[in-house]
Amino acid sequence: MTRNLRTPLLVAFVAALFLLEGLTDVAFFAGSWNSSLSILNMALISAIMALGVNLQWGFAGLFNIGVMGFVALGGLAAVLVSMPPTEGAWAAGGTGILLGLVLGGATIIAAVLVQMKLPSGRLRMAVTLAVLIAGFMIYRRVFDPAVVAIEAINPASSGNIGGLNLPVLLAWPVGGLLAAGAAWVIGKTALGLRSDYLAIATLGIAEIIIAVMKNEDWLARGVKNVIGVPRPAPFVPYEVNLQSDPAFLARVAEWGFNPVLASTIYVKLAYGVLFTLVLLILLWLAQKALSSPWGRMMRAIRDNEVAAEAMGKDVKNRHLQIFILGSAICGIAGAMMTTLDGQLTPGTYQPLRFTFLVWVMVIVGGSGNNFGAVLGAFLIWFLWNKVEPMGQWILEIVTAGLDDTSVLKAYLFDLVAHMRLLTMGVVLLLVLRFSPRGLLPER
Amino acid sequence: MDFLNGLIAFLNFVFVPGLAYGAQLALGALGVTLIYGILRFSNFAHGDTMAFGTAITILVTAVMQKAGIGLGVLPTALLALPFGIAATGLMLLATDRVVYRFYRKAKAAPVILVIVSMGVMFVMNGVVRFVIGVEDISFTDGARFVITAAQFKEMTGLDEGLAIRTTTAITVVTAAIAVALLFWFLNRTRTGKSMRAFSDNEDLALLSGINPERVVAVTWLIIAALATTAGVLYGLDKSFKAFTYFQLLLPIFASAIVGGLGSPLGAIAGGFVIAFSEVTVTYAWKKVLTYWLPDSLAPDGLVQLMSTDYKFAVSFAILIIVLLFRPTGLFKGQSV
Repeated sequence: MTRNLRTPLLVAFVAALFLLEGLTDVAFFAGSWNSSLSILNMALISAIMALGVNLQWGFAGLFNIGVMGFVALGGLAAVLVSMPPTEGAWAAGGTGILLGLVLGGATIIAAVLVQMKLPSGRLRMAVTLAVLIAGFMIYRRVFDPAVVAIEAINPASSGNIGGLNLPVLLAWPVGGLLAAGAAWVIGKTALGLRSDYLAIATLGIAEIIIAVMKNEDWLARGVKNVIGVPRPAPFVPYEVNLQSDPAFLARVAEWGFNPVLASTIYVKLAYGVLFTLVLLILLWLAQKALSSPWGRMMRAIRDNEVAAEAMGKDVKNRHLQIFILGSAICGIAGAMMTTLDGQLTPGTYQPLRFTFLVWVMVIVGGSGNNFGAVLGAFLIWFLWNKVEPMGQWILEIVTAGLDDTSVLKAYLFDLVAHMRLLTMGVVLLLVLRFSPRGLLPER
Repeated sequence: MDFLNGLIAFLNFVFVPGLAYGAQLALGALGVTLIYGILRFSNFAHGDTMAFGTAITILVTAVMQKAGIGLGVLPTALLALPFGIAATGLMLLATDRVVYRFYRKAKAAPVILVIVSMGVMFVMNGVVRFVIGVEDISFTDGARFVITAAQFKEMTGLDEGLAIRTTTAITVVTAAIAVALLFWFLNRTRTGKSMRAFSDNEDLALLSGINPERVVAVTWLIIAALATTAGVLYGLDKSFKAFTYFQLLLPIFASAIVGGLGSPLGAIAGGFVIAFSEVTVTYAWKKVLTYWLPDSLAPDGLVQLMSTDYKFAVSFAILIIVLLFRPTGLFKGQSV
């Protein structure tokens, strides 16, 4: 197969998968447009995450396995921007929280300053420790009562600080900014280290971000979850409103659709259009960046760091730059995902799903190729959703001769439920072994 | 008297749990550090290797319990442990043959091997789910306590009790035996010495006629033993859940890096550093401090620096501090 034919064929194949999912219910397909579109919407979001990871890994060779953390920060942004503020929360503890955070930040800055200004030795160690301990105690003194005050406000339904009541679309760039801020801190400390150390550092920070979101109830209710994150009005309406809208009902009747089904599909399509727009913009930007002098420099640094440094390129700062950019894209995707779900559930963020699966998408699609990353995201996300039905379908055929009550059959069908991870691992290993540059290799 | 009571409370709530957790982390970190020293990559599948070994051990334990074979006061799992190690060893050798060997021959970059180990992690995670499912499983049996808090109070007449659970004692003893065996093997036997030579300088080792495939195979077998033992001890002490083992990856890597990747001594030290810091930072010190400080200074609050949910944050913070100030770790990351 020539390279020219490869891209359109693969794209057509993936498109066919999504179309078949909507059109037919033979084999493992569901034959439901609702199913097809909901997989597609999440695939669009995953494609954006994959773009972010591809920027870091494909362009610059940075090994970031903390994607989950940045995605979660994006989700947090959606809540903080779009939810209505909790009544009385700001009055009860707003100043305490802000002052506490400022004090905490000041402590760390003071400690860093001490490290930089004083000559190394016992004195520096002692002063640093003293600053940190004193700062921590003051921080807790200010912060804790504010937290208690906020969490005491109607804990069953709120107990958090609430949001700013702004349009949720605004949360998408804000999510990117939050993730970028976190990436700056991590990059500053960990980017100088060897690649596996950066991996562990990002893995760790992602776990910490999730721990903070699970436990700081004042922020976004922790594991009590935030529900009812508003939809991006006026682009995405609510199904109930559509079903009572005479204009919509008239048009649906004209086309001969069931109004309930039509409204759910309309909402999913609306999300799909929004997400596609964001994906196209980011894809266009990433392509521009890749073919610009900046992109060439990045690849030069990736391929030979020493040579690039000898040519006068500031490797550390370029790495920091692209690390922040890639993480910000993951943050945007995270905010979009929380908007789509309409809720923030910190308990559901799992590294296998939000970090390593995105990596599988990038590697399978083709690292270093933006279109590859996007294609990989669509393909892998479809697979992730359909592996179970596929397994069941295959088993139905294989065990056709067996009695329905047979123990073996029941056991085999139990196994199918755990097929996902295994399949992802096998796909990743096979691609790495036989096509290490991915489905759409870098040009 | 107050001082003694405080000391016992400290031992009971901080030192003993820290010791057991540290021993488990040290065994895990030893595995990671050996892979790094000999095979030269960070193995992300290590947590799932531990889970696999533990899952097999649990199955064998269940069979033994049904057959009425047991160790009396000791948990049956100890008897099943060798079977778990054997199965894990076979599994790791097969994985090496099917997956890793290709990249070793091709002299692939370490980061590629890390990504490959990510794939292995997915597969192993799936296999563990196939074998035993995702539920929380407690498989300890035998006597629960070596000494209970009530017995201790009766014996000493103190207000505070020091309870020592059987699993804690077994963890520490088993870990000590495993570490002693490992060091004896690395320092005294011919194969062990060839492993150290291979780790120090691969080319020189090859020149002097060391068979690399043999070294690698032996390494995987040792890793199987270490990982399974660590996993079973952790499972006996707490409980078994596949996902928890995956999450152990972070403190284990933190231990190995804090100690210095590639250094077995460092892995042990790192394990205890991480474990004790996690326990001390997340323990509510009110009880101990009330005993130790004069009444006027007795604390009002819990004196808990951080809630227990932040224990990952503690291992991570220590990791960062060590990386910033001593990038090679406490033990200079010298090779095996």
